[in-house]
Amino acid sequence: MGAVTLAGALNRALHDAMDADDRVVIFGEDVAELGGVFRVTDRLKERFGEDRCFDTPLAESGIVGTAIGMAMYGYRPVVELQFDGFTYPAFEQITSHLAKMPNRSRGTVQLPVVVRIPFGGGIGAVEHHSESPEALYAHTAGLKIVAPSTPSDAYALLRASISSPDPVLFFEPKRRYWTKEDVELPVTTEPLGEAVVRREGTTATLISYGPTVATCLEAADAAAEEGWDLQVIDVRCLVPLDIATLVDAVEGTGRAIVVHEASVFGGMGAEIAAELLERAFYSLEAPVLRVGGFDIPYPASQLEHYHLPDIDRILDAVERSLAF
Amino acid sequence: MAIDPTFPDPRSLLPADRPIQLLDADGTFTEDPDWPIDLDDAQLAELYRLMVMARQIDAQAITLQRQGQLGVYASLRGQEAAQIGTAFALAAQDFVFPSYREMGVALVRGVDPADLLHVFRGTWLGAHDPAKHRFALITISIATQALHAAGFAMGAKLDGSDSCAVAYMGDGATSEGDAHEAFNFASVFGAPCVFVVQNNQYAISVPLTRQTKAPTIAHKGIGYGMPGYRCDGNDVLGTYAVMRQALRHAREGNGPVLIEAVTYRMEAHTTADDPTRYREDTELEQWRARDPITRLEKFLRDRELVDDEVVETVAQAAKAEAQSVRAALYDAPHGDPMELFSHVYAEPTQQLRDQHELLQAELQGQDA
Ligand SMILES: Cc1ncc(C[n+]2csc(CCOP(=O)(O)OP(=O)(O)O)c2C)c(N)n1
Repeated sequence: MGAVTLAGALNRALHDAMDADDRVVIFGEDVAELGGVFRVTDRLKERFGEDRCFDTPLAESGIVGTAIGMAMYGYRPVVELQFDGFTYPAFEQITSHLAKMPNRSRGTVQLPVVVRIPFGGGIGAVEHHSESPEALYAHTAGLKIVAPSTPSDAYALLRASISSPDPVLFFEPKRRYWTKEDVELPVTTEPLGEAVVRREGTTATLISYGPTVATCLEAADAAAEEGWDLQVIDVRCLVPLDIATLVDAVEGTGRAIVVHEASVFGGMGAEIAAELLERAFYSLEAPVLRVGGFDIPYPASQLEHYHLPDIDRILDAVERSLAF
Repeated sequence: MAIDPTFPDPRSLLPADRPIQLLDADGTFTEDPDWPIDLDDAQLAELYRLMVMARQIDAQAITLQRQGQLGVYASLRGQEAAQIGTAFALAAQDFVFPSYREMGVALVRGVDPADLLHVFRGTWLGAHDPAKHRFALITISIATQALHAAGFAMGAKLDGSDSCAVAYMGDGATSEGDAHEAFNFASVFGAPCVFVVQNNQYAISVPLTRQTKAPTIAHKGIGYGMPGYRCDGNDVLGTYAVMRQALRHAREGNGPVLIEAVTYRMEAHTTADDPTRYREDTELEQWRARDPITRLEKFLRDRELVDDEVVETVAQAAKAEAQSVRAALYDAPHGDPMELFSHVYAEPTQQLRDQHELLQAELQGQDA
């Protein structure tokens, strides 16, 4: 087995998908010559040629809009939007067309498009490079929303996303791009829409996805010193959401805390909390709590650590949950 | 808003066959009656001083980034003439809408470079007062500022004011829908707006040939019914002359102008970039020979406006200024986290006041 980074696993997944199906094409800003600003598409142009991996003009609406057209022609575009904050110029194409065309056409039009989005903060970046807009898109019916947290999941879920007949927004936890895992690729592709228990525990359940799964695992380790045995669940797919696994977990521990970087108000935590309240009411010993960013625009980099949920903020929430 | 219901003569909109150039790469000056300049000796010397200062502070910013004092920095090296020549033509009442690479323009507008760099340090999202210098906050989302400039110019027109709005952007930015919409709005409404495109040949790694099939960026003007001016962006007298004309055109109620300043980004896209992956050193060498400061210095020496002593004095003053910028930033205190909640709305909501308290409690807990 070899140590693979999350970025490396994504690169390998793209490579293997292109190898397996010559309808898979990659395009976006700086993806070909440069190999992506995070090198996720490194050497794909060299390996597959410039018809399969190419740089586009600087226009996100153009990238997603033409991906839709190419998918209608019969290709399977995997496009990159360089940063979370630059998905907004493509908002119209994503929400009004990518998400809706299959439904409008009674399923006769399929759009197997994957939009890759490096997301989240913690890398000391300038404005618009650290956002977590997943709830905006999860709120839009018709899009599958995936957010892996480990290299092997990054591989498996990206392969599954590219194979999916539905459009997928694939959120890559950019501050975990260099996280390593000892794993032999390729791993078996997992279906979209299954959460996974990352750590068994009995005291309370931490529910997260993407970059904060690792933070939850660290919090669970720290909590062990306090005598708390925390369960950690990695949701992995926000749409479709694997409610059954979450209900199961809460039936075991009676307490749940949802953790994400995005602002709490109107975020994924609100949706998960509401689902658990509706489906596991009698198992809950305490309200489902949410830990996330404040309801403010993403701060300048020196202040981002005050905004991002950390171990202390998670453990405070555990304490509050236990106090009920 | 009233509009001019006629369509322009297409011949009046196309750029000249060759980029406008008054000062060639060797510093030889050739007058062009179509593009007059009105600079006295003191102003010529001032252009030189500003360009040297911009380059020196730029170099200091790169150093500060390497020393971990800035998060990232986007250098303007090579683009001094494009920025300072155009900005020098502005009137006090004009308003600039910059991208993130416009420290040279900021200097001309009197913005403290340390304030500008605080944004790259990550202290706060913006540090200078846009109204005071008539220089908006830097814009990172590509081309979005072009629409703000168009709207500002529409306001100026409605109000009968004589101020122009100016949007600075890169060649890549012209591909964005917002750039197109800004060109179109400004032109339809005859708004006093100048779009300055610094064509530095690259958008990160992507060359101009992948941004447009137009013969030049200046040729795009005709598609919107506005004139396109194309100039040698490394000739500070040329960029000044072209901007002067564009501002006059806009100010006299003739609508917007699109300027393309042909230049080159001598540094990496930002300090986070590795340009060896996509461009050749030979290209860099060719552009080094067209350096904007060297040619101005040659011209000023020929005119006996500067000599070794003046050059040395200007260099020392620029170094001193760069040192003071460094002193203002080095280990400068971090921003105040409690301010995170203060400016989201005119008055913080109850929700934000609660979160303010929560963070305060967290921080006190850490201290305890
Ligand atoms: C809407 C948007 N998309 C992508 C980016 C990422 N990005 C930052 S700079 C840049 C290239 C800009 O090139 P250009 O407009 O030519 O200006 P230059 O940087 O060369 O001055 C890109 C793609 C961004 N900042 N905003």
